[in-house]
Amino acid sequence: MKLEPNTKLDIAAIFQDLESYRPRRRGWIWRHGLQAQNLGPFIFRQTSANLAHGGALPAAKYFGGIDPQPECTITSEIASGRFEDDLRRMRMAAWHGADHIMVIRTAGQSHFDGLIEGTPEGVGGVPISRKQLRATRKALDLIEDEVGRPINFHSYVSGVAGPEVAVLFAEEGVNGAHQDPQYNVLYRNVNMVRSFVDAAEAKSLMTATGMAQIDGAHNANATAREAWKITPELMVQHAINSAYSIATGMSQDLICLSTVPPTAPPAPAVRLDLPYAVALRDLFYGYRMRAQMNTKYMESDTREVTVTHTLNVLLSRLTSADIQSTITPDEGRNVPWHFNSVQAVNTAKQALVGLDGVADMLTLQQNGPLGQKAREIKERAVLFLEEILACGGYFNAVQAGFFVDSGYYPERNGDGIAREINGGVGAGSVVPRDPDYFAPVCGHFGENHLPEEISGQPCSAIGGCTLCKPDKIRYIDELDEHDNVAERLRATKAYRAELIKPEVEWAGDGIVQLTMFLPTGQRVAGAAGLAIATKLGLQDPEIIHTQVMHPAEGTVLELKGKVSFAIDPQQLIIPPEEKLLSADEVRQALAQEEFRVVAATVGEDEHSVGLKEIIDIKHGGIEGLGFKIVYLGTSVAIGKVLDAAVESAAQAILISTIITHADIHKINMRKLHELCVEKGIRDRIILVSGGTQITKAMACECGLDAGFGRGTKGIQVASFLVEKRGEMAAEQGE
Amino acid sequence: MMRADDFNARRQEIANLNDTQLRDKFWQLTDEVIKPLLELARTHTSPSIERSILLRMGFSSLETQVIVAKCVEYGLLSKGAGNVVWRLAQLESMEIRAAGLALAEGQHWEGVKAYFAREVKR
Repeated sequence: MKLEPNTKLDIAAIFQDLESYRPRRRGWIWRHGLQAQNLGPFIFRQTSANLAHGGALPAAKYFGGIDPQPECTITSEIASGRFEDDLRRMRMAAWHGADHIMVIRTAGQSHFDGLIEGTPEGVGGVPISRKQLRATRKALDLIEDEVGRPINFHSYVSGVAGPEVAVLFAEEGVNGAHQDPQYNVLYRNVNMVRSFVDAAEAKSLMTATGMAQIDGAHNANATAREAWKITPELMVQHAINSAYSIATGMSQDLICLSTVPPTAPPAPAVRLDLPYAVALRDLFYGYRMRAQMNTKYMESDTREVTVTHTLNVLLSRLTSADIQSTITPDEGRNVPWHFNSVQAVNTAKQALVGLDGVADMLTLQQNGPLGQKAREIKERAVLFLEEILACGGYFNAVQAGFFVDSGYYPERNGDGIAREINGGVGAGSVVPRDPDYFAPVCGHFGENHLPEEISGQPCSAIGGCTLCKPDKIRYIDELDEHDNVAERLRATKAYRAELIKPEVEWAGDGIVQLTMFLPTGQRVAGAAGLAIATKLGLQDPEIIHTQVMHPAEGTVLELKGKVSFAIDPQQLIIPPEEKLLSADEVRQALAQEEFRVVAATVGEDEHSVGLKEIIDIKHGGIEGLGFKIVYLGTSVAIGKVLDAAVESAAQAILISTIITHADIHKINMRKLHELCVEKGIRDRIILVSGGTQITKAMACECGLDAGFGRGTKGIQVASFLVEKRGEMAAEQGE
Repeated sequence: MMRADDFNARRQEIANLNDTQLRDKFWQLTDEVIKPLLELARTHTSPSIERSILLRMGFSSLETQVIVAKCVEYGLLSKGAGNVVWRLAQLESMEIRAAGLALAEGQHWEGVKAYFAREVKR
């Protein structure tokens, strides 16, 4: 199987022979930074290898279509509940520059004491199972071939079944995982003894297969009432998991600290967040930084979120980031939609590339408030650790509610998350290993007493474990005959090939988004917006964002709703793709017969840029192809254009016009056509208009032969003129 | 616990450390915090660890659930579930997989329990 950029991913084909599919590699792959890379007219300082195929930023067309890839990994978080639909979202995210696909788990999986099998539908995430992982890895293997860059696949080794999940990840080629026992304890109320005992085994397995680890400290940001006050504790949480990981054998190069700028505007965010970022990178020198975007202060305004996230990337560039993670700007209002997830990737890529090399020009001023605040955070963190030891260690500290207290340590507000050492899920399930304890496998942590008859690797006792002999892996397909991917694919089959239905999350969900301004206050606007959506025939309309422009003058609404119909592409009338003559063909035609053109910007309009792009030789315009141009300038009256055309015996007139409120552009176009008719030359002259918002249909409706809009190239106009002249000559010949 | 921010009073002992000394202290304290946690992990096991070992031995998740539940029931988790399977295979000259499946079906448990009881006495 190979992906072609113009062909949809065949989801059903992914499941063929899945039981025998093996991941092509294990372990995390970092991008390789290039110190200086020439791309288009620029030299970049912080980029990596280009993609074989991918989607550049819209403005790339001004710079030769370049798509610089930053030197750091870019994450896309993906969590729709139906992993088969996520596969296409992963492909889109990778196309735009993500090489770290982080799959969020379904609600409740942390408390599932074992592995989930099959492919049930999830809530707020995907049930992580062997079949789901294997199918996803198989799809990602195809996707990484398409974009020409390794894709790191990532999910969560947390909850009460951490070691089993870690084995699953090791076996199925998952490249990175969240692993932090503190997350289990604080946020999932998994018993703390169980969490730390399990974590060592899980980390050992991750180490055995080269997985990257991301910790869970960022959750304290999202949980604390005032996130910027929790910075000393974040240092402590990062340190506990990092030191614990090192002690289990994990390499520092694969330990990533999950760090989030704690605040967002209208707080003076950069001034608050920068000292924390600096203090962290100082204390944790040698570790990897996974820079996450802020989710704490996120409302439904995607514009606001995008600005916050851009400031987050600024912090990454001012300090460092090995992984720049992204959060969809619509997370604050609904399950993330395909296109918003991809936009988040573009926000990161755009900001990283825009800030390329900025650190070469700026130095952080350490002698001043930045250095003082960073030092203060570090001292507060040291005091925090001292108090943990003073109260009898980590477990006692958790019991005493030390963590996620909203006070700026050593301030305490008494609202921390307290857990009992004998409480939580899995309490009492841990037992001491006996002197004859034995585990005949690789990747095992701690005491392992090999029986006398066994020498060498522990797994030699069983002729090799699954990490050494993957053919021993037991694959379970499905356990539920109704709740599985085959049933979901059957139900949505029509929308995957034959019919077209809008989609934001799942195939055939039919959801569209409407944006409208209503000239009224917020409450009335809300009711009116829903009424409008209903009248438009949308089912289940729902307001997803409201912004008051002025309490009395108006409100902007964003609504979503479902369309009940699908479009059959077979029934569509799609105009054939424009076929252009080559520059040589145009030159040949003009060599046989001269082509004279009069060009002007008409009406009261001083814009000349667009028309000059089309005609000037230095812009690659039609002059360079051999056209004889009489350029009349700007703000030219239609009558004058016509006079010049008659005088120079022109075969074509090009007018440039901007769109005006009073439709002057249409009046001018019609007038040009009518005057030509009056003078009796209409059948001998080609009339063309151009402008940013001109369309062919609009120009033809006004009596002209063609119209060209934004982004038109000279060759398109040239090709049209030559072909049209040929057609007219043929008609006259008849 | 409620407490006002007494940072200025508490920091006196560390105020004179330079940045390198402060960083060293930070990591030395961290190592002290994790030391007992690590020792606990080194010397203990859990049902999930034991199921993860059986997975690595080539058993399915459903099979690991049953075998580990039985190990808990017979007080054999502290021997290692993989060890129980491996020992039965040795005692009965069975393939590893056949031994595990027999245990999953509830067979041989009294035998392996007796074996490990004898081992400890020795």
